[in-house]
Amino acid sequence: MAAIEDYVARTEGTCGKEQDIIVMFKFDKKDEAVKKILAKATLKKSIAGIVFELTFQKYSFRLYGSGKAIFRDLKDKQELNALLSQLLS
Amino acid sequence: MLDPYKIREDFPILKRKVNDNPLIYFDNAATSQKPKQVIDAIKDYYENHNANVHRAIHTLSQEATELYESAHEEVARFINAKGMEETVFVRGTTEAINLVAYAWGLHNFKKGDEIVVSLMEHHSNIVPWEIISKMTMTSVKYGKINDDGTLDYESFESLISKKTRIVCLSHVSNVTGIVNDVKRVIKVAHENGALALIDGAQSVPHMPVNVKELDADFLAFSGHKMLGPTGIGVLYGKKDVLESMEPFHGGGEMIREVSFNPKTKRCSISWNVLPWKYEAGTPNVCGGVGLMEAVRYLKRVGMENVKAHEEMLTKYALPRMKSCEKAKIFGTQDTSVKCGIIPFGIDGLSSHDVAMFLDNYGIMARSGFHCAQPLHEVFKLTSTARVSFYIYNTREEIDRFTEVLKEIGQF
Repeated sequence: MAAIEDYVARTEGTCGKEQDIIVMFKFDKKDEAVKKILAKATLKKSIAGIVFELTFQKYSFRLYGSGKAIFRDLKDKQELNALLSQLLS
Repeated sequence: MLDPYKIREDFPILKRKVNDNPLIYFDNAATSQKPKQVIDAIKDYYENHNANVHRAIHTLSQEATELYESAHEEVARFINAKGMEETVFVRGTTEAINLVAYAWGLHNFKKGDEIVVSLMEHHSNIVPWEIISKMTMTSVKYGKINDDGTLDYESFESLISKKTRIVCLSHVSNVTGIVNDVKRVIKVAHENGALALIDGAQSVPHMPVNVKELDADFLAFSGHKMLGPTGIGVLYGKKDVLESMEPFHGGGEMIREVSFNPKTKRCSISWNVLPWKYEAGTPNVCGGVGLMEAVRYLKRVGMENVKAHEEMLTKYALPRMKSCEKAKIFGTQDTSVKCGIIPFGIDGLSSHDVAMFLDNYGIMARSGFHCAQPLHEVFKLTSTARVSFYIYNTREEIDRFTEVLKEIGQF
């Protein structure tokens, strides 16, 4: 299991009906996190190598080269953590 | 017209890069950036004048008091209030509205009274009234808005009756940028014996606002949205109304005398004069100093120029945004009734994706409900992205923003 706290600086629920979760990776670890996630998830679409539409298992999410990601339709933080530890391992 | 390129030289933060791109700051409805004149004034205050204000005779206290009182006077002149007795310093618009709700509403509402607000209000002009209405058995009536986001004046005014004690309306919507004809609504409120509170958070920083001309009983606004620091805001109130109200918070500064009576075993208390009656405890002196400098800066630029510049930017941005594939703009696009706030969306993307995408290019835009969920429910929207302009924004920034929007549309 990857230590999520090694990579994740902050998670934040979005404001709006969507209830998405934004994950911000630590500045000095963001490139490593992006690389690990891209190696694990399936790429659906990308723009200029800065925005990646990805799927992993039943989940779809967007990863940004700036070191942030938006996860959709997650039940709670536990589900997010379980997903992140697989993606970052 | 103002020169945004010259103005930009005063804002150190605009020189930085975000994600390897020059910063484009389009989140001014949330908070503005600060010019070096304001930053320097705050620094100078702490380096040279810092002391607690009032009731001291030493030199530093005198200097701090003079600065703090001058700040009240400067703000009073800015909105054409009678004087500093009508300008209470608070933390921001939210606290100003809560002050009125608790210090006036709690003591004046009777069962059956009504409070009239609109569905386009920021939560800070809804929640305090809902709380107070439950405590006082009064009801809150919500005025409808039209499909284009403008206020349905007939419907709104039909809610105002002899039962209405206060009418609360934003001068400018923080989501759509629509400018309400508050003067018209204030008149109807007064004809029915009600007071009128105007949320000026999005108007005072962007256009000339004259409280005497509007005849508003209360006007609430925040310093940080008008080049000033956070943690300082203003409640304007008509002197006779403020004098008739009970205090909001109790403590030092807001009292004239607290005397223990051995017979009753209680303290008898008399209140300080305005505006100190509503400024309990050590005030945010430094915030006041920063706000004074912000007001002076805006006065030098000229509020008519600020308004004209933002109108020009809005007129420039709207057709360019519309030309972007999949972009949708919400609310009226009639620039005669709106100022520099544009809510929008991109088909197939959530507002958060749009904001995140823009962030990658160094463009700061906001996404979500913008603390106005009822308005989004009227529009049947789950959230919106929003850009909002100020004196330092340029057409070139809008060009870059629309280029990026076009890219997002292709995603």
